[in-house]
Amino acid sequence: MNILQTILILAAAFLAVFAEAVFPLLRYWLGAQVDLLPVLMVYAALNADLATVSLLAVLGGLWFDTLSANPLGITILPLSVVGFLIYLRRDLILREMSFAQLVLGTVASAVVPALSVLLLLSGGKTPLLGWGSLWQWIVMTAGGAAATPLMFALFDRCHHALGYQPRTETSFRPDREIRRGRL
Amino acid sequence: MFRKKQYLALGAVTLVALLILSLPPRVTGHVKLALGSLFLPLFGLANTAEQLPANLADSVLPRRELLRQIDRLTRENQQFQVQALQAAALARENDQLHSLLGWQQQAPWKLKLANVVTRDPANWWQTVQINLGSRDGIQTNLPVLTADGLVGRVSAVGYTRSQVVLIGDPNCRVSAIVDNPGRDMGIISASGPLGASLLDLTYLSGSANLKSGQNVFTSGLGGVFPRGIPIGQVVDSRPVEFGLYTEARVKLSVNLGALDQVWVILNPQPN
Repeated sequence: MNILQTILILAAAFLAVFAEAVFPLLRYWLGAQVDLLPVLMVYAALNADLATVSLLAVLGGLWFDTLSANPLGITILPLSVVGFLIYLRRDLILREMSFAQLVLGTVASAVVPALSVLLLLSGGKTPLLGWGSLWQWIVMTAGGAAATPLMFALFDRCHHALGYQPRTETSFRPDREIRRGRL
Repeated sequence: MFRKKQYLALGAVTLVALLILSLPPRVTGHVKLALGSLFLPLFGLANTAEQLPANLADSVLPRRELLRQIDRLTRENQQFQVQALQAAALARENDQLHSLLGWQQQAPWKLKLANVVTRDPANWWQTVQINLGSRDGIQTNLPVLTADGLVGRVSAVGYTRSQVVLIGDPNCRVSAIVDNPGRDMGIISASGPLGASLLDLTYLSGSANLKSGQNVFTSGLGGVFPRGIPIGQVVDSRPVEFGLYTEARVKLSVNLGALDQVWVILNPQPN
């Protein structure tokens, strides 16, 4: 399942970036586009191996920057920071609880764009910022938070559909068999 | 040992990011182009999916309706042909006057139609990508517009696609002139991330006499945008810096949120 899981996560990241660039409905209605890469990073950091987290940070960041006016590679750093921080503490996180997923999705969706903008500003770029950015940040955070449990549920379904299922044990035990003798 | 492996991975990813960030812009342009080509099959798929309902609707449209539309379009076409004749006569007269006065003549624009394929996924940039590139003769800084008015300028060019920075982005400032008796001039700049249809017209003189509804056009200064492209209409104005200069809000003529097709001017400079 490991390689399949990695492929699934990367494919989802690729499609998510494409969808964000091609379908602007959310931006039209709410004034901001929700980024799904932090959500995927939360899932990868909690359920996948270190290589998948690294690949998602590098490839996801590159794909995002390719379709954006961002300098190429700037999104890799925020994604990797969030991913590795969660990965380091993942044994302490109740990853199967929706509330934990929601909180992690909120934090990741808030931190990644904030770090991206900070990096852009420190690199001398002039992104479009103002009081409206606060609203956009809230929409991105709330959207990411809402999407995280859904993403977990979607990947769990994929895992059940495509992965190997554990073999069910039979309840028959030969040592507990009642042998009947002749009456 | 386990922690060490994680820190090594983080270090490796950071190193990769820093290496990519330190690449020269020309190389990153090529890398962006190569990575962007990965999305080409999806663009095709999305385009087909978009056209499917339209094709379906076309196939079930009754013949009577089609004939009615042809009739209407023929009449419109005839009307435009007469207007074009009149415009050509005016242009000839204008050229003669220009040559009599020794003024520079403006060549007719060579336009190329482009489809908007993607919007910037980041909320802090106002850019779109169009399906024309260097193979179609597109270069950086070419003006982009629709029939309603100015859209922006080409900021980066790939072989098959180009990036257009929209008016309202901090990287697209436009010298503008107000259609009033004072011919007041200013700079169109970004107003904020949410108010994409309302932009600021800054650096107007303190004595500028602006009224709501006055039209704003490109001034032709700055060397990127030709003179006379509609930008929008003045909404309101206010003095700033104790009346030292005036700022106005301008409502854009173009709906930047619903861009499907745009025109690129291939020869923006006068001959």
